[in-house]
Amino acid sequence: MTAAAELLPGLPSRPIEPESYLSDGFTLRSWLLTHDHKRIAILYFASISAFFFIGGAAATVIRLHLIDPAGSLVSADTYNRLFTMHGVIMVWFFLIPSIPTTLGNFVIPMMIGAHDLAFPRLNLTSWYLFVTGGLLTLYAVLAGGLDTGWTFYTPFSTAYSNGHVVIALLGIFVAGFSSILTGLNFIVTIHRLRAPGMTWYRMPVFLWSLYSTSVILMLATPVLAITLALTAVERLLHVGIFDPALGGDPLLFQHLFWFYSHPAVYIMILPGMGVVSEIIPCFARKPIFGYRFIVWASVSIAVIGFLVWGHHMFVAGESVFSALVFSLLSFAVAVPSAIKVFNWTATLHGGWITFEAPMLYALGFIGLFTTGGLTGLFVATLAFDVHATDTYFVIAHFHYIMVGGMVTAYFAGLHYWWPKITGRLYSEWWAQGAAILIFFGFNLTFFPQFILGYLGMPRRYHAYPPEFQAWNILSSAGASILAVAYVLPIFYLGWSLFRGERAGPNPWGATGLEWQTPSPPPTENFAETPTVRRGPYQYEPEPVPQNA
Amino acid sequence: MPDVVASAAAPPEPQFASLRQQSEVASIGIWAFLATEVLFFGGMLLAYAVFRKAYPLGFAEAGRETKIVIGTINTMVLLTSSVTMAGAVYAAEGGRRRLLTLLLILTAALGLAFVGLKGLEYSKEYEEHLVPGIDFAFASPHANAIQLFFFLYFMMTGVHAVHLTIGIIVVLVMAVRAGRGAFSPAYHSPVEVTGLYWHFVDLVWIFLYPLIYLNGRVG
Repeated sequence: MTAAAELLPGLPSRPIEPESYLSDGFTLRSWLLTHDHKRIAILYFASISAFFFIGGAAATVIRLHLIDPAGSLVSADTYNRLFTMHGVIMVWFFLIPSIPTTLGNFVIPMMIGAHDLAFPRLNLTSWYLFVTGGLLTLYAVLAGGLDTGWTFYTPFSTAYSNGHVVIALLGIFVAGFSSILTGLNFIVTIHRLRAPGMTWYRMPVFLWSLYSTSVILMLATPVLAITLALTAVERLLHVGIFDPALGGDPLLFQHLFWFYSHPAVYIMILPGMGVVSEIIPCFARKPIFGYRFIVWASVSIAVIGFLVWGHHMFVAGESVFSALVFSLLSFAVAVPSAIKVFNWTATLHGGWITFEAPMLYALGFIGLFTTGGLTGLFVATLAFDVHATDTYFVIAHFHYIMVGGMVTAYFAGLHYWWPKITGRLYSEWWAQGAAILIFFGFNLTFFPQFILGYLGMPRRYHAYPPEFQAWNILSSAGASILAVAYVLPIFYLGWSLFRGERAGPNPWGATGLEWQTPSPPPTENFAETPTVRRGPYQYEPEPVPQNA
Repeated sequence: MPDVVASAAAPPEPQFASLRQQSEVASIGIWAFLATEVLFFGGMLLAYAVFRKAYPLGFAEAGRETKIVIGTINTMVLLTSSVTMAGAVYAAEGGRRRLLTLLLILTAALGLAFVGLKGLEYSKEYEEHLVPGIDFAFASPHANAIQLFFFLYFMMTGVHAVHLTIGIIVVLVMAVRAGRGAFSPAYHSPVEVTGLYWHFVDLVWIFLYPLIYLNGRVG
């Protein structure tokens, strides 16, 4: 084969690209003023990748610092600024936008057979808002940072914290409008731009997840925006809406903040569930089990998710009755979540399973999400939560959902749609290696934190009693593995851009409209609007020839 | 025939199959946007409700300090502007260009009158040392609660005024476009969308008016 390939008159440096969205203009202007959802997805991809590595660098320093119980690497004050920076950047500038703005932006119109989102200019505006918010927050971090934690609890953030709180709040406020407008764009697109025959129940599960996510983005983010605005004004003008010394109410801040920030957790995890629901049927060669249950589970998670914010305030002075109700509702979220896990497992049963990189990530997601979800039941239990509040148990639970769940799903989706986005295949060997390394590194980092939290190690302290050191060293060792594993894709995905094999329209033999256009797709996605006659996931359990 | 006019005026954007689909999308888009706005104001209304419950006497005393005459005139001004805006949408549907332009200009003028009166009200409150954080002094056992009331008052009316100002600019842009004949019975969804936004901003005021001016004066 190699000899034959060498005989062909190849042009290795500048191969002739087929007409695609990538060849539709090569100037900077053609990117920065584009209305094409695919190019905007790439713009988002570049921006959130930068934020991911900035937030990750902060986490790396935190873990290095915690190797030593005395905490001698950075000062206590720097430590506070580091974990604040890690939280703020990872939550608002990576996790919230991650799957929706990149993979969602890229594939939503293609999945429904449309030429673009409903509001292409608004889509570009959203990106500019995101970047503006990101740069403001980055400025706050570089100019000295802030030490409030990502939650900005009052009155600390308004009266005592010394740092660039107002600029960071402004950055998140601006980026919030990017979220709102993205959610709005997705909802309108899914409602009104579906191709003929693409009924609601013929939509891929990923679209249902993004629809549910968008509802939360639209209805929760405005509350965060106004809360942060009130906080900023209070800090600037010293008026006391959240300051008890002036008659204000700090619990009001927590209610408003968590009214957004708990649903935000579902903004972060629902798209991940959607990605996994695409990948599992594809690599098990089976229709998804219980389609309607899975899609309505997404919707119910979005709805119930609005009613559980009080479980962040069990020890904050909430009444026992409220706490009971919030605890019960938090347990209710476990039902649709479990439906999903059981349905993915049932989809695998009797399938023709292959273990390409996207599938490894997706399987990793199921394990890690289940662990995170089950420990969520621990902290939803009032009696246990009193013990676990503000300990590493909560940190571990949260990271199992957010990093083990969402980041893993993001990587799964990235590997799944990479051939579609770039038209190239990456090295399967390296990708599988990275997937396994991430799974191993992640568990080594965060499982010890469950034990630490159970033993009572509080979070956000720069130093700790020496008896916790062994678990902390294990955790930091895992973090170094994880750091390396997260950097690996830069190399093999970067390599694939230049040297990767041509993917062809449908390297995975997947169903779904996005696989019926060339890779990379042309600017208008489809030469003519497709007509849909079948539901999604019409797979047969039989082997697929590679690169079919 | 309206369809002929439409195809002569402007083709739909490339992502839409028809102008009809484009207008439907614009309409559902603005409704979705207004839903987010409800939540945006909702945060402040919740804060108001919490403190009104916590400090009923202070809030009543503060409510009596507000300028009810200006507030009431402003309410009438804004409601009238909603009438002219609704008329503008009807004029657009009927393809009456000059009437549409006139009504849009009238709407913007009424909006400007509201903002002007609001400014006058703010300046009076500044003279009376009622601006929290900048110049606030009030001799009362409920001074803290009164300061909270005025903080919320300035936040709520301030955010409302920002919305209204954006609305005035958009209405003026629509007036210019209408004057140039950009709209027709088949294509006038920008006017409709602007109208929905304008009515929403009015509706917010309908909620703010009793909370601010009538609280403490009745009952």
